[in-house]
Amino acid sequence: MFKNLYPVLLATVLSVGAAFGLSGCAAPSNPTVASSDDPYEAQNRKVHAFNRQLDKEIVRPVSKTYVAVVPPEGQIVVSNFADNLALPSSIVNNLLQGNIQGAGQNTLRFVVNSTLGLAGMFDPSSDFGLIEDSSDFGETLHVWNAPQGAYLELPVLGPSSQRAAVGTVVDFITNPLGNISNSHYRKYSRTAQVAAALGKRSQYGSTIDAVLYDSADSYSQSRLFYLQNRNFTLGGTDETEYDDAYFDPYEDIYAE
Amino acid sequence: MQSKLSRREALAGGCALILAPAAASPLWAMSKAEATDLVDKLVADINKVVASGKSDAKMFADFERIFGTYADVKTIARYGLGVDGRRASKSQMRAFTKGFQGYIARKYGKQFKDFVGGEIKVKSTRKVKSFFEVKATAHLKGKAPVEIAFLVSDKSGKDLFFNLFVEGVNMLLAERTEIGAMLDRRRGNLDKMIADLLKAG
Repeated sequence: MFKNLYPVLLATVLSVGAAFGLSGCAAPSNPTVASSDDPYEAQNRKVHAFNRQLDKEIVRPVSKTYVAVVPPEGQIVVSNFADNLALPSSIVNNLLQGNIQGAGQNTLRFVVNSTLGLAGMFDPSSDFGLIEDSSDFGETLHVWNAPQGAYLELPVLGPSSQRAAVGTVVDFITNPLGNISNSHYRKYSRTAQVAAALGKRSQYGSTIDAVLYDSADSYSQSRLFYLQNRNFTLGGTDETEYDDAYFDPYEDIYAE
Repeated sequence: MQSKLSRREALAGGCALILAPAAASPLWAMSKAEATDLVDKLVADINKVVASGKSDAKMFADFERIFGTYADVKTIARYGLGVDGRRASKSQMRAFTKGFQGYIARKYGKQFKDFVGGEIKVKSTRKVKSFFEVKATAHLKGKAPVEIAFLVSDKSGKDLFFNLFVEGVNMLLAERTEIGAMLDRRRGNLDKMIADLLKAG
C-alpha cells in the first residue's frame, strides 16, 4: 500500500538536505506551508485512510480500555516515565538550537526526576517550577532556517511535514538513550511509550474524534490542525510571526 | 414661495445632526479594558456552564446562547461560507447563519465539556491592528494547560469576539475548510449543505 511512500520520503530527505545546504547564507525567514501547498495529497490521503482505520479499529478502543483499567495515578506514573525518557533527546536539540536555558532546565529536570522522582516515575521538578522545554530535531531544522517543505501524513505517526519527518528519523537514530542495550530497559521504555501514547489519545479524545470522525473531510481538517498547531508551537514567543494569522474579516470577508 | 425654517425646527435639526452619528455608530473606539471585560464575562459564563453538570442538550443550548451573546455570529458565519456566500440568497444566508450558530455551539461545546474540573483564566490583552487579542489559559485537571486567544472588535457596532485560536488553531480558517468540504460533498448545493449543518457538530 505504501510502496509510493518511499520515493516521497527519499525526495524529502534530498530536498530538505539541499535546502538546508543552501539556507546557511539565506536571510532568516519563517517558512510555513499554505494548506494549498500539498503536492503529495493523493498519497497522503491514502495514508490518512489507513491511519483513520487503524485508529478506529485499534488505537481508539485500546486507549479506552487503557484509561478504564489503569487508575489515573498509574497513568500519570507511566506518562511521567515516558516523558523523562524523552528528555535527553530534547536536551541535545536545545543545545543544537543554542537554547542554553532550555538545555539547563531540562538537564536539571532529568537529574531531579531520575533520582528524587524514582527513575522518572514521579515529577517533583514541576513542583519546583522546572517546566519541560520539549524539543525535537524538526524544531532544530526550523531554527537553522530549513524550510518546512510539503505536508506529509506518515503511516502510524500521522500528520508531519518533510522537515518534521527528517527530524523524527534523526531523533530516532541519535537518541542518547537509544544505545542502551539492556533488554529490560528497552522493554520497559517501549511499553511506557506506547502506554503514554494511548493515554494521550484518550486525553485529547474529543478533539481527535471531532477531527477524524465528525468532519466532512477529515484529511484537510487534520492537515489544517497540524500545520497551525505546529506553527504555534515553533513560533513560541515570536509575536510578529503570529500576527500574520490575524487577518481582519472586517476588511475583506472573502480574503483567502 | 419661500419656506423659512422656524427657530425651533432649525434647532431640532441641528441637534439631530449632532446626535445622529452617536446613535448610528459607536462614537468611541473600544478600549483595552472593554475588550478584556468582554472576554472576562464570556469566560465566566463558559466556566459556569461547564461546572453546572447539566445534560449535553442543555449545555449545548447554553453554549449557543453564549455564542450568540458574545460572538459576532454574522461575520463568523459569512467568513465560514467564504466566496460561496456571494451566490447565497438572503433567506439562505439567514438559514445558514442560524444553523451555523447551533453547529458551533455543539462542536466547541463538546470540547469545553472536557474542561470539567478545570477553569479558564484571562491572562493578557494587547492591541493588534484594529482589534484586540485577549489571551486566556484553560487550566485542566491532570492535563497540560490549553492556550486560547480571542480576537475582539467593535466593528459590528458592538464589542464582540470574531475569531478564536485554540493552541494556535484558527477557528475561522478551520470552519471555512469544514463548510467548504460540506458543500463539496453536496456538489455545491447550499440548501442541502444547510440541512446537513443542522445535524453536524
